[in-house]
Amino acid sequence: MDFFIQLVVNGLSVGFIYGISAMGFVMIFKSSSVLNFAHGELLAMGAYIFLVLVTWVELPVYAAFLLTMATCFSLGFIVERLFLRPLIGEPLIFVIMLTVGLAAMFKGLILLIWGGNLHTFPDFLPSWLSLNWGSVAVQPVYTLALVVGTIFLVLFGIFFKFSSQGIYMRSVADNQRAALSLGVNVKKVFALSWAIAALVAGMSGIILGIINGVNVHDLSAIGLKVFPVVILGGLDSIGGAIVGGLIIGLLETLTGGYISPSLRDVVPYIVLVFILMVKPYGLFGQVEIERV
Amino acid sequence: MLLAVNNISVVYSDVIQVLKGVSLSVEKGKIISLLGSNGSGKTSTLKAISGLLKPENGKVTDGEIIFQGRHIQNQSPEIITRMGIIQVLEGRQPFKYLTIEENLRVGTAIRPNKSYKDDLEMVYNYFPALLARRRARAGYCSGGELQMLVIGRALMAKPELLLLDEPSLGLAPLIVREIFGIIKKINEEQGATIVLVEQNANMALQIAHYGYVMENGKIVMEGRAEELVENPDIKEFYLGMAASGDMRAYRDVKSYRRRKRWL
Repeated sequence: MDFFIQLVVNGLSVGFIYGISAMGFVMIFKSSSVLNFAHGELLAMGAYIFLVLVTWVELPVYAAFLLTMATCFSLGFIVERLFLRPLIGEPLIFVIMLTVGLAAMFKGLILLIWGGNLHTFPDFLPSWLSLNWGSVAVQPVYTLALVVGTIFLVLFGIFFKFSSQGIYMRSVADNQRAALSLGVNVKKVFALSWAIAALVAGMSGIILGIINGVNVHDLSAIGLKVFPVVILGGLDSIGGAIVGGLIIGLLETLTGGYISPSLRDVVPYIVLVFILMVKPYGLFGQVEIERV
Repeated sequence: MLLAVNNISVVYSDVIQVLKGVSLSVEKGKIISLLGSNGSGKTSTLKAISGLLKPENGKVTDGEIIFQGRHIQNQSPEIITRMGIIQVLEGRQPFKYLTIEENLRVGTAIRPNKSYKDDLEMVYNYFPALLARRRARAGYCSGGELQMLVIGRALMAKPELLLLDEPSLGLAPLIVREIFGIIKKINEEQGATIVLVEQNANMALQIAHYGYVMENGKIVMEGRAEELVENPDIKEFYLGMAASGDMRAYRDVKSYRRRKRWL
């Protein structure tokens, strides 16, 4: 029984991190219908920027974290400005191909600067962050992920539900023509959604870096893992991304623990196929409201 | 003169010409009605004014549009809306997944960071039906409610010039009457200048001060609303009455013969 509980706890912890990694992806899809294939590389950028600030510049962890967030936010803004803005109004497939190119570019850039070796952050997490109930334990980094992830979720929830800018962003996602006719600055909305997405990606990149070490190949592979997560949760639902992440995480660890570790990457996809047969928009995806 | 459109031509995708020299002028505080059959260029005229041609690959290739003394042809909608021209799109385009109140708040996009509470109250005063549904998702509201919503949403922007594209489309006659009554009231109480594009010529001419008739991308007739209502051609082709003023019967099958070409 303890084994089962430990697996569930591990699965939920890993799944929550998948979920927050996917949040940024959903953000971009929601506002501009673009599938961002460079998401994994944005995660990696965050982790490397944090690495530089902590190990080379030797800033205190809190300052390094805040500075990384600010850098990622600007990075997202600049990427939109330089690469995506010229493509506004072009067919979506061009934009999606561009993100594939961006992924290669970022990866090359990271390899050029830092090489492909595994780097690690210094161990800065205090041990009181680890939680223990009897034989079941949660490692400090997962507690950290839970706290930081929840803070981000609540902040975004408030932002999108109540702030004017958040409502303008949702209006663009909903009906771009109508938003234009009311003078919503669509370009600003796109820029902001890339900036926020890069910020969230950077945050989850740091957490993944603490768990697995910082390596561009590993981190960009996580970028691919967000696909089953968001397809399961519904491409346009931030809450769905979290639930999708939790389910995929749980399935992975349970399969790894009870069936065979070599199946852990396969079973989630099998379940995904079955769920999509029942709910084609994903668990929480918006079903098109049709008026007759 | 609030708005002057001088002899504009509009071309889509560089090849399809839809407007061939349209001129009209709009005086402050008046309701101007733009009539015409399908495909005559009414909507394109509105889009040329509001800048919404641009995202549809359309362009004003000739002529000029002057609003409050400034040239605005081929400007982006972001700039034109901030000058105070708001277009209400044809076919009610709500934000389906936003609530009624959130939809109305998007109307404040051209003046963010200002208080919008008074404006919300003003809109709810004109359209009490919206107040009752303010927390409902727009996608689940009725056609009449949605038409009220999109007009209210445009009012939230406090426009100098409101462009309404077929507010009567697909609505029951009683609702149409109600909505036109409210449009008239908005014009009188807020002093809003309105350009009204309509198929329902009868309703439109009842509330408009001045009217234009379009056909094939040109203005073919214009005049004060009272005069247009009395015009025998308008009567026959837009108000559905025979020249004598009686309702036209369907058995007068040859009536199309009398159709006058204005071109």
